[in-house]
Amino acid sequence: MSFDVAVAIRRGDQLIEAAFQAGEGATVLVGRSGAGKTSILLAIAGLVRPERGAIRVGGRTLFDAGGAVDLAPEHRRAGVVFQEPRLFPHRRVVANLRYGLRDPDAWDATVAMLGIGHLLDRWPRTLSGGEARRVAIGRALLSAPAFLLLDEPLSSLDPDRREEVLRAIERVRDTVRLPILMVTHDREEAARIGTQIVQL
Amino acid sequence: MPGPAEWAIIRLSLLVGGTACLAALPVAFALAWLLARGRFPGKVLLDGVVHLPLVVPPVVTGWMLLLFFGSSGAGGRALAALGGTVLFRWTGAAIAAGVMALPLMVRAIRLSIEAVDRRLEQAARTLGAGRWRTFATITLPLSLPGVLAGVVLGFARSIGEFGATITFVSNVPGETETLPLAIYAALQQPGAEATVARLAGASVALSLAALVASEWLARRTGRGVHVL
Repeated sequence: MSFDVAVAIRRGDQLIEAAFQAGEGATVLVGRSGAGKTSILLAIAGLVRPERGAIRVGGRTLFDAGGAVDLAPEHRRAGVVFQEPRLFPHRRVVANLRYGLRDPDAWDATVAMLGIGHLLDRWPRTLSGGEARRVAIGRALLSAPAFLLLDEPLSSLDPDRREEVLRAIERVRDTVRLPILMVTHDREEAARIGTQIVQL
Repeated sequence: MPGPAEWAIIRLSLLVGGTACLAALPVAFALAWLLARGRFPGKVLLDGVVHLPLVVPPVVTGWMLLLFFGSSGAGGRALAALGGTVLFRWTGAAIAAGVMALPLMVRAIRLSIEAVDRRLEQAARTLGAGRWRTFATITLPLSLPGVLAGVVLGFARSIGEFGATITFVSNVPGETETLPLAIYAALQQPGAEATVARLAGASVALSLAALVASEWLARRTGRGVHVL
């Protein structure tokens, strides 16, 4: 089982509760906005602490309120692509990609797969939305993650850029074969990427 | 042009101001960090205490330093046990200048820490960076221009310090007589107008250079630490 999640997360007055299990491939979390999809993703990444429950990914326990397990984000090995690319503005693309680099052998293949070789010397502020997303995906992949978390990776992109990033995600899904959990509110995207769809 | 005695005063001022501001920097950064990021009871009180030298008369700050570092004060007794004192010494002048500069430095650094996007720190953590690496590679570089602006501002404040210094360590030529104290002393002497003018000119030039440098750094950050 790739993702085995059962959590209750407090966000202000709202208590977000979710329980799902997902197998191989890409799992897509869908639901109306405000349903807490992003909070669940951030909880799996270790950036939001659930009030109770447990999170297991690939058989590894990342969080367990009962067993008092709460791995720090840097020990979870989550490759996270946030809604905003969150590239480090004071580092060039190449330094962003190297930031979490654990597997130098994967460099050439990753850069080629995402088509970002010509962007390496650029500063993040000069990238288009689609380019920045691809760099963010590359940065996450190069940290040799145990799984990928994608939070609305296609939001605020125009149709051409969307297609470009969608293809990149499909390539990652089909070639890297990491467990992927993606959050989206778009049914079409969900159908295209998801091996399994979880409705919140 | 200033003569040898006046150059000595300028050098002493730079030594006192530079030492004050470098010594105050780690304290200012730690306080700025606590005030920007910390959540603890008494935060408002700490904020108030840090800003106190900005609002109380400098003479009062100097008197408090005298109480603390005097022979019966806790700081004075600790230094005496180590065989030292800061009274009537340039080190004492640097302490007075540092205390007076601290609130300005804390303000500038705090603003720059608050302006760092914490979502970038989260991203660094997910990429395998622990708290210290995240701090050293993300938070610190992104807040650095504001930190530098704070240092320059603190330096400008330090070399202009008068009230707390003269109250705390008195005016000892060659030891605690920095530019403002030398100008004041020269003003008391008949016929020293030319000395006053030269020292005042040096003082204005140093402060202006520091302010311009601070403003330049602040503009580079594009954030609200402007003083001009």
